Amino acid sequence: MAWLEPQAGPIPPTPRRALTQPFWEGCAERELRHTRCRACGRADFPPAEHCRWCLAAEPVWEAGAGLGHVYSYTVVWRPVTRDFRTPYAPAIVELDEGHRMMTNLVGLDTDRLRVGLRVRVSWHRVADDLVLPYFASHEEPA
Amino acid sequence: MPDRRAAVAGVFNTRQGRRLEGETTASLTAQAVRHALADAGLTLDDVDGVSAGATGSSLIYDLRVGPAWLGTQHGMSMVFEAAGAIAAGLAEVVLIVAAEAAVYTDRSATAPWTRPEHEFVIPWGMFTAAEFALIARRHMHTYGTTPEQLALVSATIRNNGHVNPDAVYHGRGPFTAEDILASPMVADPFHLLDCAMTSEGGCALVLTTADRARDLRREPVLLLGGGADYFGPAYRHPPAWDLRGRSGRVNGMIGERAAERAFAAAGIDRDDVDVLELYDPFSFEIIRQLEAFGFCKPGEGGAFVADGHIGVGGSHPVTTDGGTMSYSHAGADPQMLQRVIRSVQQIRGECVSGQIAGARVALCSNAGAGALFHLVALLGADG
Repeated sequence: MAWLEPQAGPIPPTPRRALTQPFWEGCAERELRHTRCRACGRADFPPAEHCRWCLAAEPVWEAGAGLGHVYSYTVVWRPVTRDFRTPYAPAIVELDEGHRMMTNLVGLDTDRLRVGLRVRVSWHRVADDLVLPYFASHEEPA
Repeated sequence: MPDRRAAVAGVFNTRQGRRLEGETTASLTAQAVRHALADAGLTLDDVDGVSAGATGSSLIYDLRVGPAWLGTQHGMSMVFEAAGAIAAGLAEVVLIVAAEAAVYTDRSATAPWTRPEHEFVIPWGMFTAAEFALIARRHMHTYGTTPEQLALVSATIRNNGHVNPDAVYHGRGPFTAEDILASPMVADPFHLLDCAMTSEGGCALVLTTADRARDLRREPVLLLGGGADYFGPAYRHPPAWDLRGRSGRVNGMIGERAAERAFAAAGIDRDDVDVLELYDPFSFEIIRQLEAFGFCKPGEGGAFVADGHIGVGGSHPVTTDGGTMSYSHAGADPQMLQRVIRSVQQIRGECVSGQIAGARVALCSNAGAGALFHLVALLGADG
């Protein structure tokens, strides 16, 4: 068993696109953003130029509550590169707004990880110009 | 009526190794080309089509086989693309080549092709083992599949490689499920021995029409049917089990549609398959494929592998050369094409180890749910 923390050292540079810039600007302000289709109302992430279901143009950005649950997770003990300190816990989180995103789970012990765990976004600055939306347990310890 | 169905007329694997000292991608390519053509009883003068990924165009120039048809696909899709070109009359003899050496040398990081650069992947330390672990975890959560069942898959495939003199990890076993579970954890639930290795090596196939193949040196092996399922680009979007398309099919069952199409095209059913040369990037993917391809019901894959079906002596022998875990896992394309080559060798009855007696039909596959794409091919003896 091991305690999960955000990465402490610099992580590799993260390439960005104009399409995703509002998401990263939201992170800098500690606001978790996703897009919503103006026609069919679906929340989505990562963003696309058109709604992936009804093809309506230019879904709008909105701020989410940062609450959701763990859809699936793993604990990595052999890092992708030496830039990453182990263990770390990649996860797919399903947000209450209905979309999903990749993240790492932090602030809990590995033996408390489970599918369905309630989580809340947990912001951590990992570089001068990069704040990342980690997720932490949002449940009371048993 | 001419029979322009695609047939595999020649195959060759170069030596495979963790590191092949003195070899380069070019030297392995040349060996593979020469020997695959010799196996078919053909020469470069017969070749009028080349498929070699990004280097195919250069290879046409360097082999002086132009003017020739050029394939642009990767992995097993190189075979499908060439088969289509042959059937439609674009080419008569297509050379499919893939090789890699002296590219992956920094052993402190996972292989470069396992960690593509994408803005929503890089910050979370993602690589293939983690991507596929997220798929396996959902199956374990939903159906109660266990690490022990995963380890049985790894032990079975690694033991196939242990007795294969051509395998990179020849003689490294035998392994029990306990040995697999005792190896270091990489990305839970995958231990080191649940994962593909990395290696170097090359291979080539020669495809031509069934008519022409019947006049050549070796018994033709026909492409009976194929299928290709894609859900999107690999390693960019969360690899969710229930990522869903408009048809209602989910990513966790990717390959199901491909298998259905392959069987329909071939006009055969699951019971007609003698050997399953399944792609084995991670142990769980074997369990998932057995379910998606219809060899057992959804959720029953764990019990199915635990009941001894998948050994060389079992009813559904799987990945008989040791696969990417033990035989070889070179580059992006060679290791994928080697599932087809092993199927051809099984149908010819020429496997040095793990030969399934009387094998006439083989199913082979590429990729998996963690990568959002899956390919299935059925190969069979002529007549």
